[in-house]
Amino acid sequence: MKRVYADENWCIGCHLCEYNCAFANSGESNMVKALKDKPVFPRITVEEDNKITYAVSCRHCEDPLCVKSCISGALSNTDGVIKIDQTKCVGCLTCILVCPYGAVSQGMHGVVQKCELCLENTCGAPACVQGCPNRALVYETRGDTK
Amino acid sequence: MKRYVVIGNGISTAGCIEGIKSADKEAKITVISAEKHPVYCRPLISYYLEGKTTLEKMLYRKESFYKDNDCTVIYGKKAVEIDKVHKHVKLEDETTVSYDTLCIATGSSPFVPPFEGLDTVQNKFAFMTIDDTLAIEKTLSKNARVLIVGAGLIGLKCAEGIADRVGQITVCDLQTRILSSILDDTCASIMQNHLQKHNISFLLGDTAKKFDRNKAYMQSGKIVEFDILVLAVGVRANTQMCKAIGIEVNRGILVNDRMETSIEGIYAAGDCTEGNDISLGEKRVLAILPNAYMQGYTAGQNMAGTIAEFNNAIPMNSIGFFGLHAMTAGSYFDESTGGEVYEEKTEHGIKRLYTKDDLLTGYILIGDVARAGIYTSLIRDKTSLKDINLELLHKNPSLAIFFSEKRREKLGGVI
Amino acid sequence: MSIEYIYPEFEVVRNEHRCISCRVCERQCANEVHKLDADAGCMLADESKCVNCQRCVSLCPTHALKIVKNTCTFRENANWQNDTIKEIYKQASSGGVLLSSMGNPKPFPVYWDKILINASQVTNPPIDPLREPMETKVFLGKKPEDITRDENGNLKCELPPQLSLSMPVMFSAMSYGSISYNAHASLARASKALGILYNTGEGGLHEDFYCYGENTIVQVASGRFGVHKDYLEAGAAIEIKMGQGAKPGIGGHLPGAKIVGDVSKTRMIPEGSDAISPAPHHDIYSIEDLRQLVFSLKEATEYKKPIIVKVAAVHNIAAIASGIARSGADIIAIDGFRGGTGAAPTRIRDNVGIPIELALASVDQRLRDEGIRSNVSLVVGGSIRSASDVIKAIALGADACSIATAALLALGCHLCRTCQSGKCNWGIATQNPALVKRLNPEIGSQRLINLMTAWNHEIKELMGGMGINSIEALRGNRLMLRGVGLTNKELEILGIAHAGE
Repeated sequence: MKRVYADENWCIGCHLCEYNCAFANSGESNMVKALKDKPVFPRITVEEDNKITYAVSCRHCEDPLCVKSCISGALSNTDGVIKIDQTKCVGCLTCILVCPYGAVSQGMHGVVQKCELCLENTCGAPACVQGCPNRALVYETRGDTK
Repeated sequence: MKRYVVIGNGISTAGCIEGIKSADKEAKITVISAEKHPVYCRPLISYYLEGKTTLEKMLYRKESFYKDNDCTVIYGKKAVEIDKVHKHVKLEDETTVSYDTLCIATGSSPFVPPFEGLDTVQNKFAFMTIDDTLAIEKTLSKNARVLIVGAGLIGLKCAEGIADRVGQITVCDLQTRILSSILDDTCASIMQNHLQKHNISFLLGDTAKKFDRNKAYMQSGKIVEFDILVLAVGVRANTQMCKAIGIEVNRGILVNDRMETSIEGIYAAGDCTEGNDISLGEKRVLAILPNAYMQGYTAGQNMAGTIAEFNNAIPMNSIGFFGLHAMTAGSYFDESTGGEVYEEKTEHGIKRLYTKDDLLTGYILIGDVARAGIYTSLIRDKTSLKDINLELLHKNPSLAIFFSEKRREKLGGVI
Repeated sequence: MSIEYIYPEFEVVRNEHRCISCRVCERQCANEVHKLDADAGCMLADESKCVNCQRCVSLCPTHALKIVKNTCTFRENANWQNDTIKEIYKQASSGGVLLSSMGNPKPFPVYWDKILINASQVTNPPIDPLREPMETKVFLGKKPEDITRDENGNLKCELPPQLSLSMPVMFSAMSYGSISYNAHASLARASKALGILYNTGEGGLHEDFYCYGENTIVQVASGRFGVHKDYLEAGAAIEIKMGQGAKPGIGGHLPGAKIVGDVSKTRMIPEGSDAISPAPHHDIYSIEDLRQLVFSLKEATEYKKPIIVKVAAVHNIAAIASGIARSGADIIAIDGFRGGTGAAPTRIRDNVGIPIELALASVDQRLRDEGIRSNVSLVVGGSIRSASDVIKAIALGADACSIATAALLALGCHLCRTCQSGKCNWGIATQNPALVKRLNPEIGSQRLINLMTAWNHEIKELMGGMGINSIEALRGNRLMLRGVGLTNKELEILGIAHAGE
């Protein structure tokens, strides 16, 4: 399955992925309208470790602890893509409690959000990857994540 | 064809069904469900009262779940006896269901201490099931006074659920702090202060001595008047059937990492069991939903002939009240028990990390709980603290705590 | 001191309606121009630090930024122009030599732009490169004068060592140190994919790049940095650098601050020590001395590799080239005065040397006149900007061109001309690891490949138009060129007729 992979060798720490993500999932057609003067809730996080930076988003685990732990049945595994039904989620945050990557987070309205590979929005392919200026994020098929 | 039977119809049963089907696509499964509902998300009952979910959305799996998985569900009948010799389960209506392999997922029941005069109370409820919830809902009114006995997870979630729908809520508990099973005094008081801001009052270190219709006479001598009484003192694993046929039972049914009981062919999963807690290194009832699912799934896999182990169970809880979240996991070893504690207080919360023998064994986070799963995974994976950056560990949960190589491995390797 | 204050050259214009305060500009600017004002929730800019490298403009996700020339100006004066005045102020303040980077920006004539290319009509048909084979491959090296046969009448095919290029362009010398590891990796990978060559410059060859040896020219310059046996043997050819177009007559100076880690190791000098290349080679004071070095290098590499001698285009270039052609060198590389550099004294960059077009024409003519043109191949550089510049250079007599500035532009360079600061925001002219990683060689090499592929298409198109199907047939074919707006003397030196003639 195609997943988003980060390569810290090429991550330049610009955080554009976060903004492209928030924009792609905003439902707006203009980035300024989507993000200006608003809190931003990206589903990908750029982490910094001294001078090393890299982006972390859902790994779409083959054995997803979040799905198994979800108390509301809002998280599901559909053909390998871990999706969240935000209308079912009650914001108990058990998924945040268990995700080993810290890749799920609380969104604007208290319920949980996570990377769904932009399959559910108009982007069609991950906006973080498309917008990465240095190919530090790629969307491709690799061996098992484990 | 193998006859799979599961007693109970909760989350661990759903896990069990999915576990069986992952290994045996052709399997046909019989589920014996005492409740008349398809599997639903039991922890959501408080959210239902709060208006955050609906009965439809509380279904754990989509409507076609049982059909899709070739399950026959016997609704509304309780299993009363297991015949381990003839391999069948007897139901309360004397009918029997034969099995080749059996999973006991009977969950737990509320424990009600023998209060004097309890029979005189009209509106008294447990808070475990949809039926309890719907019954409570009928009695709610803007002026109702509610007494909740038990300041544990169940009692407090109930309080949060009904807070906006009743006049006043009093929670009492024999313990001197709330959430006593997962929080210490300091942490509990942070949560208690927050709850008090939302109009919930507490009588701690105190409990009802006797009831007389709408009055509770407390041990302290206080008298609490109420219209609705919720009993959330605790739960007991449902183990009677197992005890009767000699399966080893402690506070729960004893299971190994493959979810096998002491009798071959009989598995158990969920709140009725006692499995290994690797953070403590002992067996323990871990009545939490993630555990129930994973135990059920593992039981299912093994029932269908795959060898699978669930060997990294730990206690963990994510619990929030009125926007303030608390997350806890693992076991808390402090200086007196050979561990070390790192503590950091913030304006509204606290962070506590418990370490022992170069391992993170537990934590308590209140307030900022973002990415706590990274901490949880360190406990579950028993990651040696020598292999991570301690300074960063204290700062924030992030993958930066791992050294480069490990992190690259986690994120999918180098291109 | 306020009397030293010089108003910033550029103005950062931020469209506040578009800015989302994402801080990408702040994170990307190594010059620390942008800063978030957390209290006001908006971005601020310190324009005095801006070098107009356009990194922030490119990466701003809402295109909220532009950099414009500041309108604050001194009183107009054709003689004492703004830049001149500012330079006076700077020197009055610092007492130092002014430093600059990249090529001469002054408005000297660009002869390429005054030369027009011919096309076939009616009597000799043009060739469609999409339908017919078109040869752009070139071989660089000494060519035999005559066909010779052995006693049995068979052709003697032993040639002196040759360099083979799939197209008549290669990447000029840029040292590891002046440019980054990733810039070198991009050039090396692209050269291999394209079948052309890149040049180490005087920085040695990083061990990671020995695998690209067949596509590498290794340089020996006056500082002899990084030169050892394996290095000489690693490349496809060895270049002796006598001079550089951007700074003829002077050596090089890579400050100790840039001699870090692998740069120090590759140059074989201690970390933090300045790498000073002397102005002359201290063992070369004559063509005979040069000949000794040429043959020393040939001897060291068993006469298997062509030797290139690179010189800057200066006034008596034709005579110099004649001497080099007699020194035993296989290839002469001439670098014109508009060529780039990582750092040069401004006065030298802007005032020393001559245009490559004139140098090339006079060298080619001189070597022909002396009957030694086939002794050597000619490679020219110093601001080759397009496929048409390449075609014109070939027609003026070059065997191939070398490009550096164009290659750097493909890698992201925006010609801000502040390489000397070491804070290149595009990850090219820097050794700061956080900046170096901004240039992903996977992207960089692909962009170089794209550029060269595009040029090669254009070269074929232009050749086809002239009815020429082989680049060899264009070399020195000055009949294909005409001048516009040139004096008789210029036309005479270029050896071309005026348009209309």
